[in-house]
Amino acid sequence: MITSLIDEELKKDLREQGVVVTTLQEVYNWGRRNSLWPLQFGLACCAIEMIAAAASRYDLARFGGEVFRPSPRQADLMIVAGTVTKKMAPQVVRLYNQMPDPKYVIAMGACAISGGPFKQGYNVLKGIDRYVPVDIYIPGCPPRPEALLQGFIELQHKIDHQKLSGPGKASFLNADTPSEYPVPAFGAHDLEPPANPDVFHPPKIERE
Amino acid sequence: METLEQIAARITAAMPEAKVAIVPNPALPGQSSLRLSHDCAVAVARFLRDDAALRLDYCSNVTGIDWPERVIKTTVKTKQIVDGVEKEVTTVSEEFQPGCLETVYHLYSMALKHGPVVIRMRTADRADQCHMPSLTPVWKSAEFQEREAFDLYGIRFDGHPDLRRILMWDEFTDFPMRKDYREPDDYDYEPTAHDAVVEKAARHAATPAQPFAGA
Repeated sequence: MITSLIDEELKKDLREQGVVVTTLQEVYNWGRRNSLWPLQFGLACCAIEMIAAAASRYDLARFGGEVFRPSPRQADLMIVAGTVTKKMAPQVVRLYNQMPDPKYVIAMGACAISGGPFKQGYNVLKGIDRYVPVDIYIPGCPPRPEALLQGFIELQHKIDHQKLSGPGKASFLNADTPSEYPVPAFGAHDLEPPANPDVFHPPKIERE
Repeated sequence: METLEQIAARITAAMPEAKVAIVPNPALPGQSSLRLSHDCAVAVARFLRDDAALRLDYCSNVTGIDWPERVIKTTVKTKQIVDGVEKEVTTVSEEFQPGCLETVYHLYSMALKHGPVVIRMRTADRADQCHMPSLTPVWKSAEFQEREAFDLYGIRFDGHPDLRRILMWDEFTDFPMRKDYREPDDYDYEPTAHDAVVEKAARHAATPAQPFAGA
């Protein structure tokens, strides 16, 4: 629900009479969610599905997400499509840091979420959420283009509900919230650190 | 194509100093291979590539094998007459096999459309003498694959033009495909643990000095 000062029923009535009453927040979020520019990069087979979602059959342009930018400076959305190897992870974090706020991350597919089928491998990161905050997780191996579209629409809903002011305003408007995260270094045995404790908060698992 | 025995015989006829051993393969494909000693390996490789009847001009695959130290037990049952009664006596013999690293090259001939001929080399041990001659000067296609064997097994190829890690980062010090490789302990979130992972996740949870307790 989009909260506004005007009564929703009254707004609806006015719109039927040809009078549009809105708020700055609504217009601002409407503009942002319908022109999400993804960063153009793919890491594995999920990228093929991402390309299919952008092409004519599924057509991400229907939702305003077709403008894939080859520069992180012009991108709002990072779709981590594929296996993040430990050798690639610092570059992915660096690309995230180079994106301007507000920015969003979609972890597409099992590998980007958790390492997927390569989770026990020696050179695969166990999920990109160890280093950057992830907004939408799309399971699948790889997820079909429809799944990516649904994840994209879920992200649009999330943007729609972000507040510009007052308590609970969007975190990117808060000057204290970091928009960059430390880039992990190549260590002798693993990436250092193996996860960023400020970002990575896995649920506690109760074992018998 | 000639049999491996014929090829080995021709190698020793052309190069009497070359030591070539045939490694039999008892498995179903029966694909035996030639094991070369270090000092003659490059010369034998050139012979295999340039010989008119073989012309093995294409090295399709280079891979490594890790052989840790092990004791091979063989049980032999024999019938002996003890105190005038025939008894079955089992004797167990133990053979200690020192550890080593091995590489395997699969060779084909594009010109004569035959193959593969499999050749192998072994290092002296798994620690400080894991050297062997590089065959990249003979087959250019071995370059990246020898780098991979160096990266994952730690085999040093003498004479390789550019021996660097290829899959792992340069600062990495381990060799992940060795049997005794210990992976970093990053089992802090294993929601669907199974088999060996259950134990590893439990061990991680029991370790006090862990960076992230899954808060």
